[in-house]
Amino acid sequence: MTEPKSDWDRPYDVRARPMFAMFGRNRDVFLKTWKVNFIPPIVEPVLYLLALGYGLGALIEEVNGMPYVVFIAPALITITMMQSAFFETTYSSYVRMFFQKTWDAVVATPLTIEDIMVAELLWAGVRSVIYSTIMATVVALFGLLSFPSALLIIPIAFLVGMVFAGLGLMASAKVPAIDSFSYVFYLFITPQFLFSGTFFPLEQLPDPIEHAALALPLTNAVILVRSASLGTTTGLELFAFVYLVVAAFVFCGLAVGWMKRRLID
Amino acid sequence: MAPDATARADTSNRPTDARDAVVVARGLTKRYGDFVAVDGIDLTIQRGTCFGLLGPNGAGKTTAIKTIQCVSPLTEGTLHVLGMDTRTERRHIKRLLGLVPQEDNLDPDFTVFKNLTTYARFFRIPRRTAHERADRLLHFVQLQEKRDAHIQQLSGGMKRRLVVARSLVNDPQLLILDEPTTGLDPQARHTIWDKIRALKREGKTVLLTTHYMDEAEMLCDRLVIIDKGRILEEGAPRELIRKHVGGQAMELVAGAERPETLDALAADLDARGVTYERLSDRLLAFGPNLNEIENELRTKHGLTETIERRATLEDVFLRLTGRALRD
Ligand SMILES: Nc1ncnc2c1ncn2[C@@H]1O[C@H](COP(=O)(O)OP(=O)(O)OP(=O)(O)O)[C@@H](O)[C@H]1O
Ligand SMILES: [Mg+2]
Repeated sequence: MTEPKSDWDRPYDVRARPMFAMFGRNRDVFLKTWKVNFIPPIVEPVLYLLALGYGLGALIEEVNGMPYVVFIAPALITITMMQSAFFETTYSSYVRMFFQKTWDAVVATPLTIEDIMVAELLWAGVRSVIYSTIMATVVALFGLLSFPSALLIIPIAFLVGMVFAGLGLMASAKVPAIDSFSYVFYLFITPQFLFSGTFFPLEQLPDPIEHAALALPLTNAVILVRSASLGTTTGLELFAFVYLVVAAFVFCGLAVGWMKRRLID
Repeated sequence: MAPDATARADTSNRPTDARDAVVVARGLTKRYGDFVAVDGIDLTIQRGTCFGLLGPNGAGKTTAIKTIQCVSPLTEGTLHVLGMDTRTERRHIKRLLGLVPQEDNLDPDFTVFKNLTTYARFFRIPRRTAHERADRLLHFVQLQEKRDAHIQQLSGGMKRRLVVARSLVNDPQLLILDEPTTGLDPQARHTIWDKIRALKREGKTVLLTTHYMDEAEMLCDRLVIIDKGRILEEGAPRELIRKHVGGQAMELVAGAERPETLDALAADLDARGVTYERLSDRLLAFGPNLNEIENELRTKHGLTETIERRATLEDVFLRLTGRALRD
């Protein structure tokens, strides 16, 4: 018999599904305070729609042949996906890892670090679905979504959530301290927030910047969500979808690997 | 849980001396970069015993525990827990372990009761069983009145007792206690000792680290003293006391302002072949028949006081690891 290979090198076995216990833990914490948790995604879009859509929008004729508020509504939903997932695997995961030592308690059970990471990522993806679905419902009440295609927002939210969950956890694996996340947000989230075809069409930008913007995850997410919200197509959807699927796997894979390196010593 | 573990134990390529041993380590080494935290230690912990892992701060106790609980891979050596190899069967091993970590890591987002049931879910314990067990364990650690309290509302001693309860939700075969009583008041310490004894009577194997030598002397069947990652001594507490410090200890007090008295006294004890340690104002002598020379020493050297007491594990510990501060 050959020397047994170490468990620590073995690829992650998803079929065992032990990560759902950790997922369940995070869900239970969320549900415990659900009344508080559900308020931001309801209030925020109303504020943005009123201020930007109707306030600023009144000064703007039309964007790409549609009223400004119709143009930005899908972008606001997409930004929620990004922020809810990214926040979850940065600040929230970091608190669980570093301050609450929750992961230390959990690795003492049959769960492994990989299980915990997969659970954190999936939970962030689901949070993206919860928040953006609530937000989309509010936006729909303003009559700004076209059905049934807008129902696609739900699965897209999970995909986009996983992309940003992966990026967030990659950041968590590398930051020296929790304060560093503010840099990550300024340097990484804010530019995407502004330059991903969110508040103005990308064609407004000089060519090189426009092309660079096309490489941003949020740009591709906005393309998908806008098409689903309006029931139209730009021809870029397939590219955006493939981009996001690949990005989700690559980022989540890197995140798990980097986290293992940080935590197992 | 148990039948499965036994079956696995029989098929794994365990060493032969592991038949009744719960932990078998051979040449266990753990390095962090160039720093050697655990330096080739051999351990055998027999089923149903309480085994002490003692050593000064930074000796490598927690590091050794982390390799045993399969959260930290060893650098060298072999380590079998419950007959299974820690390198290849960590999920199975972890199912059968209970851990009280050095630092409390209760879930501040949940109540006392929910902390236990959430933890039970990580072991895939069915909901009903988990709830029954949680209530029984809260009773066991005398926290039933705090069942619905939040973690922030507990005192340090209550938290520690809750961590002990949590470590038992999966009915573990090996219970690892990393300084379970540090920072607790005498009542809480005695409660925890009482629980450890009860668990031993149930046949559980216990691995205990502590800085309280009275605790180790009282609870441990066998123990090792480690320092700088190496084992200095191993044996039963009484055996070690007899071997290293005889049966009796006597403090011969001269007063701090009289170092020349201590010099003379030390020379005297050297001549009589009595082992001793020198402190700032007294010598601490060890041996079987010290009271025979007590009066003579007192008058001859003009000692202010002589204090006779039983030699303890703490004397052994200090003799072996020295009195210099660590860290
Ligand atoms: N993750 C780590 N990286 C580098 N060095 C470490 C790490 N963990 C522990 N050490 C070092 O290994 C040594 C042993 O530490 P360990 O925590 O095992 O000591 P201990 O015996 O449990 O001490 P204490 O009684 O203070 O709890 C220490 O010098 C510590 O600084
Ligand atoms: Mg320690």
